[in-house]
Formats: sequence, C-alpha cells, structure tokens
Amino acid sequence: MIRRSLAIARTEWAITRRNRWLVMATLIMLLFALALTFAGSAPTGTLGVDLLTVSVASMTTLSVYLAPLLALMMAFDAIAGEVERGGLALILSYPVSRGEFLLGKFLAHLAALAFAMTIGFGTAGGVAAYYGGADTASFTALLRLILTSITLGACFLALGYMVSALSRSATTAAGLSAGLWLIFVVLYDLGLLGAVVIDDDGFFTKVLFPWVMAINPADAFRLWNVAASEGVALTTGLTGAANTLPSWVAPLSLLTWPVLALGLARMFFGRVEP
Amino acid sequence: MDEVLSISHAGKSRGSLRVLEDISISVEAGQRIALLGHNGAGKTTLMKAILGLTPLGDGQITVAGHTPGSAPARTTTAYLPESVAFHVALTGREVLRMFAQLSGVKPADVSPLLDRVGLAHAADNRVGTYSKGMRQRLGLAQVLLGRPKLALLDEPTSGLDPISRHELYAVIDEMAAHGTAVLIASHTLTEVEARTDRIAILRQGKLVANDTLANLTRRAHLPIRLRVRAAPDCAADIAHETAGARVNGMHVEMLCAPDDKMAALRQLSAMGDKVADIDMHLPGLEELYRHYATGEDG
Repeated sequence: MIRRSLAIARTEWAITRRNRWLVMATLIMLLFALALTFAGSAPTGTLGVDLLTVSVASMTTLSVYLAPLLALMMAFDAIAGEVERGGLALILSYPVSRGEFLLGKFLAHLAALAFAMTIGFGTAGGVAAYYGGADTASFTALLRLILTSITLGACFLALGYMVSALSRSATTAAGLSAGLWLIFVVLYDLGLLGAVVIDDDGFFTKVLFPWVMAINPADAFRLWNVAASEGVALTTGLTGAANTLPSWVAPLSLLTWPVLALGLARMFFGRVEP
Repeated sequence: MDEVLSISHAGKSRGSLRVLEDISISVEAGQRIALLGHNGAGKTTLMKAILGLTPLGDGQITVAGHTPGSAPARTTTAYLPESVAFHVALTGREVLRMFAQLSGVKPADVSPLLDRVGLAHAADNRVGTYSKGMRQRLGLAQVLLGRPKLALLDEPTSGLDPISRHELYAVIDEMAAHGTAVLIASHTLTEVEARTDRIAILRQGKLVANDTLANLTRRAHLPIRLRVRAAPDCAADIAHETAGARVNGMHVEMLCAPDDKMAALRQLSAMGDKVADIDMHLPGLEELYRHYATGEDG
C-alpha cells in the first residue's frame, strides 16, 4: 500500500518542485515572517518579553491566514483537475486504490507545506533570537508554531481535496476553495464578533463563545498557540478566550480536523466517476 | 479456449437513457477486436465498465475471471484513454516510472519501453514539449508495462499521422502475438482498417454487429454501384433498358446486388457501342460501417 502511495507522492513532489510552487511558497512564508518580525520589534520593551516571543505572536496571526491559503491553493486541483485532464481514469486503471492515491497527494503536499513553514518561520525566528534574545520558552513557542502551522495546513489540504472531489471542474474547485478560506478565516470570526456584541456579555459570550471558537480549526490553532505560551498570550491579547477553555480543547480540535476532513474527502472521492 | 474478457448481457442506464443495452462480447487471448460506434454510442462507457470505473446496471463482466476494478483485474488490464494528458511538468521517463511503480514493474524496465515506442531521444524532456503523436506514444508505452493480458485502447489513432498509425498497429500486432487480448475503440472503420480479427459495432448502446470483416461484408449484402458512360445521345436508351438513373447527359448509374453483378455486366456489353465505359464501385469499409452503425444502406 505505502509503496504505491509513495510513487504518487514522489511524482507530485517533482511537480511541486518543477512548477516553482515550492520555491514560491517558501519565499512567501520567509518574506512575510521576516517583515512581521521586524515590524513587531517595537513593543518588546514595554511588555518585557524577548523579540522571539513577539515574533512568534506576529507569525501566529500570519499563519492563520497564510497556512490555509497555501494549502487550499495546492489541494483544489488534486481530484477535479485530474478528472478534467483525463489522468484519473488512467491512474485508477492501475492497481492503486483511491485512498492510496489521495494519501500520496497528501504526503507530497504536506511535505511541501512543512518545508515552506519550517524555512520561513525558522529563519525569521532565528533572526529574531539573534537580534533580540530568546529563552527556552520562546524557542518552544517557535517550535509549537511551526508544528501547529503544518497541522493547520494539513487540515486545509484535506478540506481542499474534499472540495475538489465535489467539483466537476478545477475552476469550480478553485472558487469553492476561495469561499472556504473566506468562511473559515474571515467570516467565522466576524460572525462570532457580531454575536458577542449583540449578546452583550450574556450566556453566549461567557460560556459558549470559546467553545464555538475552538470548533473552527483556524481559531483552534490560534487558541492553542496563545494558551500554551504566556508571553504569546500577553502579546496577542487573546488570553480571555484561551483561558476559559480546558487546555485540551484547542489541540483536540486542530488534530481532529485533518483526520475528519481526509475521511470526508475520501468518501466524496469514492463517488467521483472519472 | 482462453477467454480473457467476458461481457455478458451488460446494461446500464444514465437517467432515462440506456447507455448500454444487453451487450455480450467475449475476447480470447491474442485476439484483436475493433469496437466501433459513433460518439456517444457507448464505447467509452463500456471500457470504463470493463475497468471497474463505472458500475453496470445489469449483466456482468469478468476480466481473466476477476471482477472489474478488483486488484487482480487491474493488474492484468492496461488502458489507453482517449486523450492522454500527462502532467506537462514531468518528463516522459518520470511518467512511465510512476506507472511502473504503481503496477509493480521494475523501474529499470522503463528504458527499453521508451525505446520500443520511439521516445528514447525525448525521454528526459518534459511532456509539455511533446507533440500529440509523442504523447500518444508515451500512452502506448504505459500500456506495454508488465505485459497485460487485456489492453483497452480508446481511439488510439486519433490525431496520428499515417506513419505513426502504422507503427501503432505494429505494436498492437506484437502485443497480440504475445497473447494480449486487445480491444480497440474507434469511430471509423477505416481507422482500424482490416487490422483486427473481429469487429463489434455499437449503435445507441446496443451491439448491432460482432463478427469478422468478411462475414460482415457478406451479411450486409451491400449493392455494387455501376456507373456507365454512354456514347453520345445513348444515355436515355441505356437508362431505359437497365432501369438505371441518369446522372447527367452522359452517365447512367445503377445499383445491383453482388449476385447480379455478372448479369448486369452481360446486359451492358450486349448493348455494344452505346456503352463507352463502365466504372464499378464496390462497397468500402465506410459504407459497410455506415450500414451497421446507422441502420441505413450506404
């Protein structure tokens, strides 16, 4: 099983490398991370935390937007595009199952995301540590940021495959992916904000709000990084919601999503007639 | 008897449309079968059913005794889709190597195959730089991987020049000689020429013919067309005597059954100088195909 998935993954990785996708994604991550690190270097003195902590806090906000975007951009073509090109019928005429095919694509795309995240955040974090100091806690926060960013990416890769399996053309899949990004990353939070304002510190705001927030993987990612590090929490001002929840909620949500979405993607993929 | 592909009473509906209706075909090892029909006659659907990519409504298909789409069936089947679109960023060798890995063939066996289809010189160029013919050859190379028992080729000659087409049939003949059963789908009989052992014709999802070319010709009983050039002012006489149709001032055209051919010729030669010339037009592959595929006489 794994041999055939790896054959798919190897090919997909070659494509990612050759169409400059890997280079572009890594450059985007690196540039944004460096820019935020230096732009965010001002408040260190007032908050009494080192530059790396501030940098991690800025990069957490960056990752909420960028990780889902990069993941969806890689994933939307995976099934609908192959069907459109006529390649899926040929691949599935070989003794490779749909699950193995999907896993192969996932492995390659995840490796590409992991590469871009590690280089981007790693370099920016390294620079911040060199210029503004760091300690074990801030290094742990950086490592946590990289790993959770990859998990957030995995989650949106799987969601992208799901959308791709549900679309008849790659163009439709691209449109739906953009919609998905908008909902999870922007509209969901806006909706919550609106609800909190209307609720005026009532039951929803006090009890329900953090839980509803944690259901969204993008917010779960944010909560996890904030709750786990005192310094990061201080810098982002998200402590309120993060401290109301038991510490296992956000990690559970973020780790469940990729598994759940991959399962759904596989289910919808099963209905695709190439 | 070594039956590789067995299709019995296969049927399938899409909505209210019957895309396949009671189709039974049996293909033995080493046989080359042409599967003909218009666009939408059900050729591709039948191939996808044989591959297990689309489910059948009724009837059943077995590939070397296995259910379509099962691992052993897929291992024994090779497929060339109608228009192969490999990823443009990959080289021909990389594409073929992936397929080799998927089918469990040693990647080292890839080079001789590229050589066999005449792509050795371009093996390490990107598919994006390939011509349509080269992409088709790459598709053919993956069909040859691992010596399949059954090869399904969907419109393999579309877009190929005559020389490439000739080479393609050389490869098909070689596969058949090694015992591979080959099913070639096409929308014209002239494309597959007489290079197949048997011809199956689909019309609106129904199998309307399944026989050798010689038998199909005999059974179709298509008329022979005689075009007679008359001597000056004799066209009317000839048309009257033979019950033929005047085409213009000079020519008379008549149709006769294959068995009446000699009688017609004797009648014409008895007219002496009135007949200046005779052209005889035997029904060709195109007329034969049209006869079966549309139900009209060519």
